[in-house]
Amino acid sequence: MKKNKVLKISTAGSVDDGKSTLIGRILYDTKSLKRDALEAIKKNSEQKGYDYLDLALATDGLVAEREQGITIDVAHIYFSTPNRSYIIADTPGHKEYTRNMITGASSSDIAVILIDARKGVVEQTKRHFFINNLLRINELIVAVNKMDLVDYKETRFNAIVEDFKKLAQAGSYKEQLITFIPISALHGDNVVASSENLSWYSGKTLMQHLENIQFEDIHQNTQARFQVQTVIRPKTENFHDFRGYAGKLKGGELSVGDKVVVLPSKMKSTIKTIEFYDKKYTKASIGSSITITLEDDINVSRGDLIVKENQLPHEAKEIKAIICWMDSTPLISSTIYQFQYGVKSVKSKIKSIDSKIDTDRMGKEQETNELQLNNLGWATIQLAKPLHFDNYDENKDSGAFILIDTKTNNTAGVGFIQHKESLN
Amino acid sequence: MNDIVINNPLEDEAIYIFREVAAQFEKPAILFSGGKDSITLVHLAKKAFYPAKIPFPLVHIDTGHNFPETIAFRDNLVKEFGLELHVHYVQDNIDAGHVKEEQGKYASRNQLQTQTLLQAIEEHGFDACIGGARRDEEKARAKERIFSVRDDFGQWDEKNQRPEVFDMLNGRIAYGQNVRVFPISNWTELDVWTYIQNEEIEIPSIYFAHKRNVFERDGLIWTANDDVVYREKDEIVTEKTVRFRTVGDMSCTAAVESLAFSIEEVVKEIRQSDLSERGARIDDMRSEAAMETRKQEGYF
Ligand SMILES: Nc1nc2c(ncn2[C@@H]2O[C@H](COP(=O)(O)OP(=O)(O)O)[C@@H](O)[C@H]2O)c(=O)[nH]1
Repeated sequence: MKKNKVLKISTAGSVDDGKSTLIGRILYDTKSLKRDALEAIKKNSEQKGYDYLDLALATDGLVAEREQGITIDVAHIYFSTPNRSYIIADTPGHKEYTRNMITGASSSDIAVILIDARKGVVEQTKRHFFINNLLRINELIVAVNKMDLVDYKETRFNAIVEDFKKLAQAGSYKEQLITFIPISALHGDNVVASSENLSWYSGKTLMQHLENIQFEDIHQNTQARFQVQTVIRPKTENFHDFRGYAGKLKGGELSVGDKVVVLPSKMKSTIKTIEFYDKKYTKASIGSSITITLEDDINVSRGDLIVKENQLPHEAKEIKAIICWMDSTPLISSTIYQFQYGVKSVKSKIKSIDSKIDTDRMGKEQETNELQLNNLGWATIQLAKPLHFDNYDENKDSGAFILIDTKTNNTAGVGFIQHKESLN
Repeated sequence: MNDIVINNPLEDEAIYIFREVAAQFEKPAILFSGGKDSITLVHLAKKAFYPAKIPFPLVHIDTGHNFPETIAFRDNLVKEFGLELHVHYVQDNIDAGHVKEEQGKYASRNQLQTQTLLQAIEEHGFDACIGGARRDEEKARAKERIFSVRDDFGQWDEKNQRPEVFDMLNGRIAYGQNVRVFPISNWTELDVWTYIQNEEIEIPSIYFAHKRNVFERDGLIWTANDDVVYREKDEIVTEKTVRFRTVGDMSCTAAVESLAFSIEEVVKEIRQSDLSERGARIDDMRSEAAMETRKQEGYF
């Protein structure tokens, strides 16, 4: 079967920077808008008395948004070119919606930050850059929009690029690739097709750039992490003794014959088979939802981590992490939360809130004893049992966790493990 | 032995979600409509748990307005996979006077499904219902979570959804709540069709071009079946070669003229089509907020 390629993109911009218009424009110019959707947009634009197509209407989904004219939650938009499929997580730019931005960015390969050419780098831009830098999004595209309103001037674009580069120097994740593209979402300049108006710009259009991104560019080199989701025991005649461990491989590769360790029990074994549905394979790579069997009959259950013998993760009962708080009840020390790491769930206690991170001032820290909705900060968390983990900068897929409020069952926060002391 | 597992990110994600449902819930069920999306779900569930059997029953909310081909297909599939099937009838609810049937030209039982579904959930005590909805189908669905928590009345509170970060799924619920799960959230219509083609999945015959008695209304092609679909005297029945892109009730699913007799031709047609799938759903054309309103009331 042909390998399906999917590129996941998150978008960030302040209100009215033209994010919805840009997405609508991409859909329109790649002919992804179907006739009925287009007719609905036309009808709606006419009703509102616009003399142009309000392409922003292609994405604003909920009634409340249509009424207020703003985007209030993460929406997913899908389109494809003959080359690959794309998923855009459209995240809102309001100050109070940091949590939506992190939600959108957490499942994205790359990010697009929008800047209004008239306004340049603003407070919001700093936050958007900081969060994408914190999440270690490998590829960042800065789209300078509304170039038509600054007469498509090269000097204006260059000034914004300079400002942004200054901002980027303060980022902690230096390997991030940043590409700047001048566009006009409303008129379509440099979105899909290149533009006469911007003839001074010799780089790729936004779409050309996206089409050329290679997966090797955006995926880190990681170690194999296989967390068991469920144990498969058919108990049928043909598969009487079958005991398979089902899970999704996060990071690296696993091969038949690999010497492995099961954590937390530290029992050793060897991979006997790697299976996907009714076929056996010699190898599996990152992302595959496989079932494996082991040579030895040892006790393995849900949440256990299977790793290669020579690629052990860290182990600790107390960890440090950057938390993004997503709940209206603030995070304070001494409270109990359910700690979910991948599919593993343990009780945890917030030992201390160590500082608050100011996203508008490039992560400047200040002392605090609580984190409120949409705050970012450092915390120390004590776990009921020792955890085997990676730091977020070592493996994005296995370096994050969520905190669940045990009273409301809500996902109250997300954490990025940065436990430097534990490096072994 | 094959060399390396070729991964298809959408399939891997769906399988991952199915396995989380099996592990996190006590009594999950697959909501089965007989359409291509729910057939794809069953296929993915089979892959997720192989060589064990699919650990969930199927639940079908039968409006009584289904295409007979869909029902026949359903019964076959259940037999072939050795599945458990619960059918709940909207008609029972109408007869008992619990709900009132719409009358007239645009009457549809689509909205009545919600009541019957909620009763089925309560009767069996399902804590998770797996559905084949996709985010690309409709604007309100674009904001749906993969694990979507519903209250005791099945209501969706779209402004107060749990954030879903990375691939961590939080299925913790209070007594009385339940979760709707959407494993193919991130698939597009074309993804589903390509998958059906690549995996050689069988689907009901009405998805392929066939001759059918139909009539036209508001530019759409309706099935002529006077028992189920109301028809005015001047709406003339003719025979046309048509197929269905989406399969719901006869009274709310329009056909399209088509000569796509094989899966290859269907995929080609979808690729070239300039009309979206939901454009053939008469129920969504009622108003711009049609789907969102139905979802808030507990619809899929
Ligand atoms: N002149 C001009 N106006 C734009 C451009 N892009 C967006 N707009 C307008 O800016 C306003 C806000 O755009 P919208 O897409 O709703 O912004 P969002 O809040 O970021 O989604 C609308 O009136 C758009 O028509 C552009 O490139 N040029």
